[in-house]
Amino acid sequence: MVLLTRKIEFSASHRYDNPAFSPEENRRVFGKCNNPYGHGHNYTLEVTVAGEPDPVTGMVLDLSELKKILEREVMQRMDHRHLNYEVPELAGKIPTCENVARVIWDLLEPKIARGSLHRVRLYESADLFVDVTKRSNDVKR
Amino acid sequence: MSAGGEIKVELRRRYRFAAAHRLHSEKLSDAENARLYGKCNNPLGHGHNYVLEICVSGDVDPATGMIANLTDLDAFVEREVLDAFDYRSLNDEVEAFRTEVPTTENLCKEIFRRLRSFPKAKLERVRVEETSNNSFEYPGE
Repeated sequence: MVLLTRKIEFSASHRYDNPAFSPEENRRVFGKCNNPYGHGHNYTLEVTVAGEPDPVTGMVLDLSELKKILEREVMQRMDHRHLNYEVPELAGKIPTCENVARVIWDLLEPKIARGSLHRVRLYESADLFVDVTKRSNDVKR
Repeated sequence: MSAGGEIKVELRRRYRFAAAHRLHSEKLSDAENARLYGKCNNPLGHGHNYVLEICVSGDVDPATGMIANLTDLDAFVEREVLDAFDYRSLNDEVEAFRTEVPTTENLCKEIFRRLRSFPKAKLERVRVEETSNNSFEYPGE
């Protein structure tokens, strides 16, 4: 099995706020991430697909196809958007790195026609990122 | 398409600390130490800007969208690791390294030991970059 990773970047704003919390509780739990006008990040997304290289093409999957999937499913939804208001799949969820990464996994997994989605890694900043994987895909070291 | 399996979400966080160390084993002769550790055995020690990356797992809290609140995690890591290691000499100021050589392998294990009791999420692995070319990872026992 070979792992192929494609990286993209998108810029988005968001705010951490739970409407069920009081303003004081939101401030205490989320700190600066609760600032009322939101804030933004340059997110980096790494998408890893696992598979066997095709004996004819030598590719795990057609990278141009993966690029189209990422453009359609991620960039058009999230790039230069406000994640709290403009992404239907995030409605009712706080757009934390965990939740955004999980939404991206759910969007991409059924679209990978050759190989299988192995890992979604989403960086909110250089020092904070989330991995989404599937337990059955754990790679034995 | 991937087979069924439970989706796993892991939070990764990076921290940085600057520390001095010297690689020298009391179980070896001076000549053996010099041969084995090379420049890392220089008598007055040397230093690194270490990068510590920790990985924790857990359920995403639906109320906060987080596996763990970074405020809690950062405070715990500051207290248990960074206070003891940042701007320190590992050989002279960290108890564990009075008897163990502060290789980055042993540093990973010591940091894992210090962080495993984090109460809000499960510590999965500790990764430490000694330089941009050397990194080590320890997943616990």
